Amino acid sequence: MRQKYLIEIANALMLARWKQTLVAAIGVMFSISLFVTLLGFMEGLNKLLDGMVINRTPHIRLYNDIQPSPVQPIDLSKNYKEYYNIVRSIKPANTRKEIYNFQEIISRLRNDNRVEGVASKITAQVFYNFGNIDLNGIINGIEVEKEVKLFAFGDYISAGKFLDLETVSNSIILGQGAADVMKANLGDIISVTTTEGEQFSLKVVGFFQSGMAEIDKVQSYASIKTTRRLLGVKNTYVSDIQIKLEDLDSAPKLALEYEKFFKLNAEDIQTANAQFETGSGVRSIISYAVGITLLIVSGFGIYNILNMLIYEKMDTIAILKATGFAGSDVKKIFIFISMSIGISGAVLGAFLGFLMSLGIDAIPFSAPSLPKVNTYPIDYGIEYYIIAIIFAIAMTFLAGWMPAKKASNVDPVIIIRGK
Amino acid sequence: MKEKIALEARSINKSFYKPVRIDVLKDITFQLNKGEYASIIGRSGSGKSTLLYILSTMDTDYSGELFIDGITTKGKTDKELAAIRNEKIGFVFQFHYLLPEFSAIKNVMLPGFKLNKLSHEELEQNAYKLLETLGVEKLANKMAYKLSGGEKQRVAIARAMINDPIIIMCDEPTGNLDRKNANIVFNIFKELTETHNKTLLVVTHDLSFARKTRRIIELDDGRIISI
Repeated sequence: MRQKYLIEIANALMLARWKQTLVAAIGVMFSISLFVTLLGFMEGLNKLLDGMVINRTPHIRLYNDIQPSPVQPIDLSKNYKEYYNIVRSIKPANTRKEIYNFQEIISRLRNDNRVEGVASKITAQVFYNFGNIDLNGIINGIEVEKEVKLFAFGDYISAGKFLDLETVSNSIILGQGAADVMKANLGDIISVTTTEGEQFSLKVVGFFQSGMAEIDKVQSYASIKTTRRLLGVKNTYVSDIQIKLEDLDSAPKLALEYEKFFKLNAEDIQTANAQFETGSGVRSIISYAVGITLLIVSGFGIYNILNMLIYEKMDTIAILKATGFAGSDVKKIFIFISMSIGISGAVLGAFLGFLMSLGIDAIPFSAPSLPKVNTYPIDYGIEYYIIAIIFAIAMTFLAGWMPAKKASNVDPVIIIRGK
Repeated sequence: MKEKIALEARSINKSFYKPVRIDVLKDITFQLNKGEYASIIGRSGSGKSTLLYILSTMDTDYSGELFIDGITTKGKTDKELAAIRNEKIGFVFQFHYLLPEFSAIKNVMLPGFKLNKLSHEELEQNAYKLLETLGVEKLANKMAYKLSGGEKQRVAIARAMINDPIIIMCDEPTGNLDRKNANIVFNIFKELTETHNKTLLVVTHDLSFARKTRRIIELDDGRIISI
C-alpha cells in the first residue's frame, strides 16, 4: 500500500525533470543496444571464422601415424634390462597407413552416445597434369553424404553439385585455386598422376573453396571409391576415421580414451587448431570489455542526473522527512527513480540492439572465400541480451545507491532553517 | 495527569562546538498540556528555533530528555522518530514548503500516505474537509507552485493536521505573510485549540501575535526567563 505512494512521489520527481530523466534512459538504451550489437556482430564473425576451420575439422581424427616403434628390440632383451638403452636415429619400419578392421571400429563408435557421427576418409598424393607442368595435389576420398551432414562440406562448394561425386564415376571436385591455375571448367576432364606413376582422367563436377587460398590450390575431393582406385588398394582400405562429437569440449579426453582403446593415433580438434580458440577468445574478451565500458559510462550518467536531482529537490526531501518519511523511504524513492531509468533503458536498448543487429545482418558482404555468406554475420544469442540487461540493472542500482544514500542522509533541520 | 501532558522537556542542553563552544540552550525544562496554545519568543539568536527543532525530534544532537505524548524519544532510531513525527506532530514552517510537483490536496495527503491508516478515498475526503475548514477547498486540484503565499500557508496547515496530531509546531508561521493573512492564520490556530483541542507551539518574534496566545515562553540567551 505504502510502496504505491513512494512510487507516486518518485514518478512526480521524474516528471518534474523529465528531460534529464529521458536523457539518462536514452544513455542506457544506447549503451545496451551497442553492447548487444557489438557482441552479436563480434561473435557472429568469430563463429564464421572459426567455422571455416572448425566445421570442416573432425573433432577427433583416428589414424595410423608413421613413426618408429617406441619399443625397440634391445628393450626386449633380458640381458640389457638393467641398463639405459639409447638408440639414436631410429627409422620407422614399413608400417601401413591403413586402419585395420575399420568397420568394427566404426560400428563401435556409432553405438557410443557421445558421438554424433563418423565418416571415413582416405587421402591420396597426386600431381595434377597441366600441359607439361605437374602441380602438387592431394585428393581426399570422402563419404560424400556424411561429409556434407557432419562437416558442412556443401557450404564450401562454390560451383557444381557435390552429389555428382557419388553418381558420376571418376569425378572430382577441384579446389578453386587449382581449378584457376588449370583453367578447368565444369565438365572438363583433367588428368592426374599418382605417386605410383599411374595416370587417371577425372571429370570436374564442382569447385571447392575453403577460404584459405593455399589449401584451395592443393586440396581436391573425390568419392572414397574413386580414390581407392587411384591408390590401387582394395575396397576396404581406410586411412582416417573422422569423428564428430556431441560435445566439442570433451574431444581431448575422448581422444586419449580412443587412442588407448583402438591402439591408433587420435588427434583432437583443440590440439589441431589451438590458435583459433585463442583468437576468438581474445576477440570476445575485447568486445565484452568495450561493451561493459559503455554500460559503465551510462551508469555515471545516471549517477550525475540523480545527484543533480537531489540537489534540486533538497526542499522536497527535507519536507518529506519533516512530515515523517524515514530516511529509508527517501532512499527507496531515489532507487526507484534510478531503477526505472535503468530498466526502461535496458528493455528499449535490447529492442534497439536487436533492430541494429537486423540492420547489420542485411548489409551485403561478399567474401570470395565464403561462397555461402552474402551478408555480415550476426549471432543472435539470447545470452548477450540477458547479460546486457542484468548488467544494466545491477549498474543502475549501484549508480542510484550512492545518491539515494546521500538523499536519505539529508538533515531536514539544516535545509529548513537554512532558508 | 500524564495523559494531559502533550510534551515535556527535561533539562535540555545544547551546545555548538564550531568554531568555539557556544551553549545555545541551557537547562530547558517545561511542560505543555493538551489543548494549550503557547508561543516561544525571544530575540534573534536566543535559541528559540533551535529548541523547536529539538522538540520536533528532527534534531537529536542534545542532552536531556524529551517526552512526546508520554513517550521518551531517547534511544529511538531515525525510523522510529520519523514515525513519531508522522503520527503525533504537525509542522508549519515560515516558508511554506509544499512539494511543487503535487497538487494542493496531494500535498495535504502526503503524511497520511506514510501513516497508512486510511484508504485513499477516506484520506482524500479528510484532506478536502480540512481545506474546506481553512477556506481553500477551491484550490484543491491546483498545483502547489501556483498558489499565493497565504494560500500556501493554509494548505501547509491542513497538511500539518491530516494525521490528527496531538501537537502542531510552527516556526514563524506568519513571518512571511502580510497582516491580513497573518490574522487569518492566527484565527485558524485559535480555533484549532479551542474547538479541536489541539496543542499549538509557535515560535515567533511577532510580539503582537504572541501576546494573543494564552501562554508565552520567553527565551533569552538559551535560558527560559518566563513561562
